[in-house]
Amino acid sequence: MSLAKITSITGRGVCVPGNDIDTDRIIPARYLKCVTFDGLGEFLFQDVRKHADGSAKPHPLNEARFQGATILLSGANFGCGSSREHAPQAIQKAGFRAILAENYAEIFFGNCTTLGLPCATASREDIAKVAAAIEKNPAMEIVLDVARQEIRFAGQTVAAPIRETARDGLIHGRWDAIGELIDGLPAVQTTAAKLPYLAA
Amino acid sequence: MPKSLFEKVWDAHAVRTLANGQTQLLIGTHLIHEVTSPQAFGMLRDLGLKVAMPHRTFATVDHIIPTDQLVEPYRDPMAQAMMDELRKSCREYGITFFDRASGKQGIVHIVGPEQGITQPGTTIACGDSHTSTHGAFGAIAFGIGTSQVRDVLATQTMALGKLKVRRVNVTGQLRPGVYAKDVILHIIRTLGVDGGTGFAYEYGGEVFDRFTMEERMTVCNMSIEGGARAGYVNPDETTFAYLKGRPYAPKGAAWDAAVLHWKSFASDAGCGYDDVVNLKAADIAPTVTWGINPGQGISITENIPDPAQAKAVDEQASIEEALAYMKLKPGAPIKGTKIDVAFIGSCTNGRLSDFQEVARFIKGRKVAAGVKAIAVPGSQIVGLQCEKLGLDKILREAGFEWRAAGCSMCLAMNPDKLIGDQLCASSSNRNFKGRQGSPTGRTLLMSPLMVAAAAVVGAVADAREVFDVAQSN
Ligand code: SF4
Repeated sequence: MSLAKITSITGRGVCVPGNDIDTDRIIPARYLKCVTFDGLGEFLFQDVRKHADGSAKPHPLNEARFQGATILLSGANFGCGSSREHAPQAIQKAGFRAILAENYAEIFFGNCTTLGLPCATASREDIAKVAAAIEKNPAMEIVLDVARQEIRFAGQTVAAPIRETARDGLIHGRWDAIGELIDGLPAVQTTAAKLPYLAA
Repeated sequence: MPKSLFEKVWDAHAVRTLANGQTQLLIGTHLIHEVTSPQAFGMLRDLGLKVAMPHRTFATVDHIIPTDQLVEPYRDPMAQAMMDELRKSCREYGITFFDRASGKQGIVHIVGPEQGITQPGTTIACGDSHTSTHGAFGAIAFGIGTSQVRDVLATQTMALGKLKVRRVNVTGQLRPGVYAKDVILHIIRTLGVDGGTGFAYEYGGEVFDRFTMEERMTVCNMSIEGGARAGYVNPDETTFAYLKGRPYAPKGAAWDAAVLHWKSFASDAGCGYDDVVNLKAADIAPTVTWGINPGQGISITENIPDPAQAKAVDEQASIEEALAYMKLKPGAPIKGTKIDVAFIGSCTNGRLSDFQEVARFIKGRKVAAGVKAIAVPGSQIVGLQCEKLGLDKILREAGFEWRAAGCSMCLAMNPDKLIGDQLCASSSNRNFKGRQGSPTGRTLLMSPLMVAAAAVVGAVADAREVFDVAQSN
């Protein structure tokens, strides 16, 4: 399986502020009734974006000036809650190519990486700087440099570290482990044979 | 060198180091359910892959299943489609499926232990974050995403970075009316909802030594709410006694060998931990959440936090956000908050002992007028056990609806949902915005007995007072 090498993402940004944004908020559970992930993007942040009757609530993702953004900015502990991959899938299917937040819930981070969706981190101050620049000029191009772990925007550069295992996978095109795991199958048998509950 | 259980299990299951530095980890037991597996089977088919160890994969159905409709087709065609899809995949790949007709169906985290599939010293994965529950047996159990479900189906392994281990000791004796649920809500409140990031939690101390398996499961279940990727208790005689005679537990001579093997996985005396936290059982009170994450909890005797008294700007903002959503008054006592719905069930508190404890105290009492109260056993077997003991009758007479097994009102994927901004006293594990099915629905997490007390009073109440708990112990 050959995967794209994801070394940098260039695009416009949108900030969805707040800490502890959980997976139920990213994609409410009632939208998880599906047997494929297609079409999930439409329901990204549904309950915070829409009233029950379908009309729009004030939300950055509803604003015309942020349409087409591909880099999502947020706060701390982003993606906490469920292990459901529906959340990263909804973000990716809605057109996002990267996320920038203070930090991430563990399972969410892993799920995103496996989909080739880089989750970069930055300090609260730096995220605020990027968000302020977006606010001033939503059409501004942002470069999230995965390889160099920095984000460049409006003539500024700030650090955007990505956990090494994820960064390595992204830039070398091995963010989805399946190929490597399959290559390891003979070794899997050896390990399994040593464990009584699997050997039996 | 003395080692922790986590390290021993990890080392025994590490296949090799991958190019990015992660470990290819063998997953001995793979549990699947209808929500996160259909897409994974789809990916498998797209890639033309087989299931590597179908005999180590076990399926059940829990999230979408209606608990008030036993006959298919289900009213919700999408629920039926997910059910059909799982059935089809299990048949196609030769996977054991605890379907309703088997009499063994239930919430995946209740079924595994109940069947004796969950065993010490093993690795377990399931496309569900509350897989940490299985750690109660001294297994290392991970909640995973759908792509990883695909990985485990195809290779019985997944790629993972090693976790750090934090030992959480709870010493002394719990006071009457304080339950395992209060212990974990207290731990999360103390260490924070992201305090466990990067860690597996090893729970220990006298409280855990004395705990039953069901109590240990309640705590391990919510490790994930504290940000920990896994949580476990070292296996001991309590663990072995629970497993003995279960359908998938080893039998005869194999049993003795297994117990010896299981014992060898327990953390060695003097092993190192990356962090140690000590908590006192006496400091734990019946705990109730007031906010929109499981860390926003207080003891039943405390007042709802006031953002004006917050120490940090951040804290102030999160209290304000939570109170605005919860429509609760800052500084007011949580006790006396009117409730609309009472829910007892879920993989946290939907086991036999939960219903026994509630039935023992609620017998002869009535649910307050205007409160919708439902009790949902976590598995068909739990349901049957309760019915044999007449617990269903006691609960029904008190005014609870008694349902068939499933996740029910823990999440919004089946017909059991909050309506509008109803406030629910719930024995489940998540109080996120919209979690229980209405975008404005409100959830207060608490122990099953506290839910029963709230149901009887019609408002958040101290179960110790409502049921005279101290006197009856
Ligand atoms: S009971 Fe709730 S938390 Fe447990 S598996 Fe079902 S939906 Fe998830």
